[in-house]
Amino acid sequence: MDMQKMVPVREQDPKVRATNFDEVCLGYSREEAVAECQRCIQCKNPRCVKGCPVGIDIPGFIRELRDGHSNAAADIIAEASSLPAICGRVCPQETQCEKYCVRGIKGDPVAIGKIERYIADHSRRKGYVALKKAEDNGHRVAVIGSGPAGLTCAGELAKRGYEVTIFEALHEPGGVLTYGIPEFRLPKQGVVQKEIDNVRSLGVKIECNVVIGRSLTIDQLMDEEGFEAVFIGSGAGLPRFMNIPGENSNGVFSANEFLTRSNLMKAYRDDYYTPIYHGKHVAVVGGGNVAMDAARTALRLGAEVTIVYRRGREELPARVEEVEHAEQEGIKFRLLCNPTEILHDEKGWVTGLRCIRMELGEPDASGRRRPVPVEGSEFDVAADAVIMALGTLSNPLIASTTKGLETDKWHCVKAVEKTGQTSREGVFAGGDVVTGAATVILAMEAGKKAAIGIDEYLKGKDAAKAE
Amino acid sequence: MYEILSARKAADRIYEMVVRAPRVAQHCEPGQFLIVIVDEKGERIPLTICDYDRKEGTVRIVFQVVGASTLRMSRMQAGDSFHDVVGPLGRPSEFVTDPLDEVKKRRYLFVAGGVGAAPVYPQVRWMKEHGVVCDVIEGARNKNLILLEDELKATADHLYITTDDGSYVRKGLVTNVIQDLYDAGERYDVCVVIGPMIMMKFACLLTQKLGLHTIVSMNTIMVDGTGMCGACRLKVGDETKFACVDGPEFDGHLIDWQLAMERQQLYKTEEGRAYLREQEGDTHKGGCGQCGGED
Repeated sequence: MDMQKMVPVREQDPKVRATNFDEVCLGYSREEAVAECQRCIQCKNPRCVKGCPVGIDIPGFIRELRDGHSNAAADIIAEASSLPAICGRVCPQETQCEKYCVRGIKGDPVAIGKIERYIADHSRRKGYVALKKAEDNGHRVAVIGSGPAGLTCAGELAKRGYEVTIFEALHEPGGVLTYGIPEFRLPKQGVVQKEIDNVRSLGVKIECNVVIGRSLTIDQLMDEEGFEAVFIGSGAGLPRFMNIPGENSNGVFSANEFLTRSNLMKAYRDDYYTPIYHGKHVAVVGGGNVAMDAARTALRLGAEVTIVYRRGREELPARVEEVEHAEQEGIKFRLLCNPTEILHDEKGWVTGLRCIRMELGEPDASGRRRPVPVEGSEFDVAADAVIMALGTLSNPLIASTTKGLETDKWHCVKAVEKTGQTSREGVFAGGDVVTGAATVILAMEAGKKAAIGIDEYLKGKDAAKAE
Repeated sequence: MYEILSARKAADRIYEMVVRAPRVAQHCEPGQFLIVIVDEKGERIPLTICDYDRKEGTVRIVFQVVGASTLRMSRMQAGDSFHDVVGPLGRPSEFVTDPLDEVKKRRYLFVAGGVGAAPVYPQVRWMKEHGVVCDVIEGARNKNLILLEDELKATADHLYITTDDGSYVRKGLVTNVIQDLYDAGERYDVCVVIGPMIMMKFACLLTQKLGLHTIVSMNTIMVDGTGMCGACRLKVGDETKFACVDGPEFDGHLIDWQLAMERQQLYKTEEGRAYLREQEGDTHKGGCGQCGGED
């Protein structure tokens, strides 16, 4: 075998998968995973680990699997992460661990994500749970939100002996893992629910249908329900719109709405009651992972789909893999093009987009070249549904009902990066609610740091009491 | 699971249920709503809260059958359970958070149309409990659709009933009653109108003329009810607002009614429903109301 090249991973054929919601990537077999492990040269100073937000001992788990010890490999991952089957699928490894892999200098980096996924899937199939429950330490912590930040924080706290209850606003746990990322990228029953069950096996309770800020406030959690610390991992929340004419026409959706109907509410399945607007020609505005997810979902529901993005191909914020998958499946890209108006008929139903061509100017604050409209270049794109995938704004529910909780000018909760400590004593926060929309793994990193922050805070309080 | 303690048909296509939902009952205030999910595969159905009992941990809901999901709800009985009840959602009415001595200086006029009587009732009850003067106008198509008459009579200072067909008390629309009250010299500081969108719109056009500050409760399309999806967006003044987190109550004189009604048309007109059937393809399951998908 060519040691410069990754063992290729099997995928569903693009033509077939464009019509179903089954997982696109089929993952490695045992032989393929072990062969890929053999490409790891087991660096003494592993740079990949520094690229991992949660600091998994990557050469460690690769070595164990290579040597045939899959449970030991799973144990090593579990020391740092509670959600390996999820991370193996949705982490942007190409900008994290794999980016730093020494193998990547001359050839392909080791497929760390695919190996992690194999180990997690294998454990699940064998019923091996690597997470270990600790002895109860008598302290109670509330976690708000059961997405990646909340699950990680809860898992880490439970591993340290805390009694943790997660409060989830929706009727199913998982946050963005459940309502946002589609089935074909992250299976719900098979993967997400199982990893959540593993976190539950640590003794973590999850109470759904509780909207903190409405059903209960943070003050009530601490004063009436007896929680000594609270972690806010409620996510980014409100969808962003463009504020252009016609945007409230019928047939214009946020990606959140479209994906929630399809993923959480299972509109694509016959046996669920949720309706979803199909559209024949769907335009998705935006270039991130969420835009790709929405576009590929619309495609599977039978639409012709065009992605409209104001910058160029190089600037697409989505993972390269997602862009490639979308293209293979037949999604069209209109790059350097920005909607200026949503066109509609006299009844207020969408008929298309008016767009203007863009060109790239000087780099802006984000370091990416700023798109500038080309005057007089307007043109129309026909569409009977438009999905806005422009990112999200912070949800005001918690901040507006918690006295003394400071937010920044984007209404994100302010928290110390290293510990997650907010301006309120005993209240910690992390993930999108602090940073604005980011990735699953960064939310997990924040959840983990906050768990350590909470542990230190409560131990500090105990020590003070003892004196 | 959330147990249904009692269920009855209150009027034609209108049902009333008492449901055990302690977290909602504990913290809900007038103006807020909840979401019910019938079973694992059900839709999220936003409903108004008609009454609550904090001690018993129960809420009373009143709903009209308008589609497949509400029809399924209507078939449930005491002893059955809903899969989920979420809430309270939305912001409480302004008067709940305003200083009480300010609120007591105001005279309120509540205007309820059809099932709108359900969300109006807890507000009127609150007024009674806090010693605030308020009158209520209740309108319905006919006598059989008048809801909560005894409760409203017991809590409001005056209850004025009107029916479209004149089958009870008087014939006329709620706007006729408002006009008559003003013609007779009555004056109010705040008007709260809850009912079908068309009725709220016309009430607002009138109260604007009368210079009467008016609050409406917007029953828009909704999915999550926590601000996440944006399906419930409205134009209020120059801003786009989300009914679920910024409302559901807004200054009725600032609402862009044409837009709000266009968005509602999708579900409320024959043409809109046909269009939805077309657009939703296989996933169209009668949510439109009357395509037959509900049976």
